[in-house]
Amino acid sequence: MFQGILFYGFTAVLLAAALGVIFARNPVHSVMCLVLAFFNSAALWLLIEAEFLAIVLVLVYVGAVMVLFLFVVMMLDINVEEARRGLWRYAPFGLIVAAIMVFELIQIIWYRSASLQAVAATELPESVPSNTKALGGVLYTEHVYAFELAAVVLLLAIVAAIALTMRKRPNLKAQDVARQVAVDPKDRVRIVSMEAEESS
Amino acid sequence: MIIGLPHYLTLAAVLFAISVAGIFINRKNVIVLLMCIELMLLSVNFNFVAFSRYLDDLTGQVFVFFILTVAAAEAAIGLAILVVLFRNRRSINVQEMDAMKG
Repeated sequence: MFQGILFYGFTAVLLAAALGVIFARNPVHSVMCLVLAFFNSAALWLLIEAEFLAIVLVLVYVGAVMVLFLFVVMMLDINVEEARRGLWRYAPFGLIVAAIMVFELIQIIWYRSASLQAVAATELPESVPSNTKALGGVLYTEHVYAFELAAVVLLLAIVAAIALTMRKRPNLKAQDVARQVAVDPKDRVRIVSMEAEESS
Repeated sequence: MIIGLPHYLTLAAVLFAISVAGIFINRKNVIVLLMCIELMLLSVNFNFVAFSRYLDDLTGQVFVFFILTVAAAEAAIGLAILVVLFRNRRSINVQEMDAMKG
């Protein structure tokens, strides 16, 4: 009962935040609604006993990715009115497509699938004591190659993001340390030996 | 009321439909399109987590972990492309991106 109240409460806030993301007038408000949506998803994942992923969602998504979104939204000078023009022209079509999708998926989930109802009717399986420990046990043994590939993907993202956004500014006055170190005194100073001149 | 697998699947379906509608509606603003893609990935993750819990198989949660990794990488590269685009064009309007006559 209590779990049901929590589920419906978090779900209501999550869906409202998702609607806020797509209908917000200002992109900054969209990002804020997206943060709210991710936070509520983390709460729902806690409810379904995926504790590690819930914390990862808050730390990595809300803490890093959403802050990156917010940074980019605030850095770019977006013309809000220009971007908003023609929004309601496509809204009916998009909402009709979304309604059809929801209708069909609910048909599949609730009325056409007996096996799903069977899963729902049974008791929850006995959960392991610590979700994080169990997940680590699977992640570092069975899926260790995929885990290392994920690390490579992150490295690729770092390299690609830096390579895309780095640029040479033409008039930048920066030290070139290598050239400074490589300087030889012979190139800069010329020592001439000459006779002392008679003063007249 | 017992909250079961169909409840979570329905929630994920509605979330996915909202993000699809968002892609239709905000078709001028690239940054909102990226946010809608994040929402879609979140709804997929919901399905994985729910099935992993109710079928008692941790592999689903491992998959969610990898999807989060790929989504973070995608967001970083997408935003970098967006910054470069804005630097060159002073605009992120999708309809002005017609240099390739697509």
